[in-house]
Amino acid sequence: MVEQLYQRDVYGQALVKLGSLDKNIVVLDADLSSSTRTNLFAKQFPERFFNFGVAEQNMMAAAAGLASCGKTVFLSTFAVFAAGRAWDQVRVSISYNNFNVKIVATHAGITVGPDGASHQALEDIALMRVLPNMNIIVPADGPQTEEAIMAAANNPGPFYIRLGRSKVPTIENKGGFKFGQAQLLTPGKDVTIIACGAMVIQALVAVKNLAAKGIKARLINLHTIRPIDSEIILKAAQETKLIIACEEHNIFGGLASSIDEIIAENFPVKVIRVGIRNRFGQSGESEELLKEYNLTSLDIEKAVLSNISLK
Amino acid sequence: MSNKKLSIEELVLQARQIRRLIIQMLAQAGSGHPGGSLSSADLITALYFNVLRFNPADPQWPDRDRFHMSKGHCCPLWYAILAQTGYFPKEKLLTLRKLGSILQGHPVRCTPGVESASGSLGQGLSVALGMSLAARVDKKDYRVYCLLGDGEVQEGSVWEAAMACAHFSCSNICAILDFNGCQIDGKCQDIMGIEPLAAKWQAFGWHVIEINGHDMQQILDAYDQAKTIKNKPSIIIARTIKGKGVSFMEGVVGFHGRAPTPEEARKALEELA
Repeated sequence: MVEQLYQRDVYGQALVKLGSLDKNIVVLDADLSSSTRTNLFAKQFPERFFNFGVAEQNMMAAAAGLASCGKTVFLSTFAVFAAGRAWDQVRVSISYNNFNVKIVATHAGITVGPDGASHQALEDIALMRVLPNMNIIVPADGPQTEEAIMAAANNPGPFYIRLGRSKVPTIENKGGFKFGQAQLLTPGKDVTIIACGAMVIQALVAVKNLAAKGIKARLINLHTIRPIDSEIILKAAQETKLIIACEEHNIFGGLASSIDEIIAENFPVKVIRVGIRNRFGQSGESEELLKEYNLTSLDIEKAVLSNISLK
Repeated sequence: MSNKKLSIEELVLQARQIRRLIIQMLAQAGSGHPGGSLSSADLITALYFNVLRFNPADPQWPDRDRFHMSKGHCCPLWYAILAQTGYFPKEKLLTLRKLGSILQGHPVRCTPGVESASGSLGQGLSVALGMSLAARVDKKDYRVYCLLGDGEVQEGSVWEAAMACAHFSCSNICAILDFNGCQIDGKCQDIMGIEPLAAKWQAFGWHVIEINGHDMQQILDAYDQAKTIKNKPSIIIARTIKGKGVSFMEGVVGFHGRAPTPEEARKALEELA
């Protein structure tokens, strides 16, 4: 039985670990601490936890004030609010100042489920990616979430870490995590699939199904969106000539766009986008929504099969 | 560092010198915001020369009091004071708004003495709140001062911060509201009414001190009073005159964001001689 974990549970536990290791860590939340799991830190270190109520803009700029005094600040809310509601505060007070503020946004993507479109962040990577100084990690599973949190704690500057709401299966044998360096999960010469977050497990299933059809697909987990691992992307473009970019995000501005920018400038090959095609989300169960928005392993497989001859 | 305190007369002279520098910088830059820089000049001169604990030779001194200018467009005032107190040479003032200058059109941390960027209104009180909470976590006794504009309080995020400063009982915060009654498009009362200001801040849980923001004695007394307030933040609501000190700028909305011409600068400097 494959282990299934909530990324936010792992995050909450990682914060507690960090809190004991480093007295300089302060954690903020905006009335969602039981959902984001910052409540675990709050319970252990109440003197270093501040709940800002339903006021994300205030929380973001206050995080900057704390960081200006030497604190390393982790803060959490849902991705729609972290990236959308408080974007100007992130821009001017955090990113422009290059402060040690680590924004850990939970409930990102379509798999938020029944809460519907207002709560499904499908544009947050795009919003964060345009800000100078901002580092972005989209961990693929539970264990990688802890690695991402530790990387944010150990590297200076602002971070945006994108977590989902639902449980995700743990991906075995990923190899070590290195911030800024993508992971090659399966080798292959016929096509490259590049995915992040919850799409990595879908891509892994697609790779297995494709193998049964004689297609050797390379799979890359692009967990760090910024700084991006250009080298592994260019190598994939040169060696496989076809890239399938998979993300639980609008096809504009996220992982696919990051890849396109590098490919277009250096080694143009076809990049097919498996993502949300310029639509808002809607209510439904995670699995239903992945199907409705063409984000399943089957959709990845189809994207490969219908494009591989066009190389 | 214990800063030598100035007499009322010396403070008045110092503020006049600061106003001269503001006019010179803006005339040289050819753009910028004289109105609010001049209206806040007495308040912030008194703060830096008689109240604030700081050391220009060690800008990152952990025990320093913090000052944050939330209404960042009034940075010519801040830059003039930072130069006068020794953070950087006065010649730098004439590089305001020039390519590559440490003195950007709105504050940023490349200027010695600036703690955090500003320029997008409505964020500064939140930044000050963060500084206040950091003092609490670190068990330090420094105070945090934050200059707000009156037009700025039309930003909703100011009130998020106001609510939170009171909720967290941040008695080490002293906000200063430059109530000159003017904003870019006209008088505040015509554009978007902000009154009753004192009642609003009181209702949000603040200790409110109302003063004439051009009376040095009242200004010093207000800072002293704020220090004595326990368990809640204080705000000094200072009635001021936009463009104060230059007759043809006083109360003139048009000088919110327009630099004086060379001729206007000459006349202004004559008046401030």
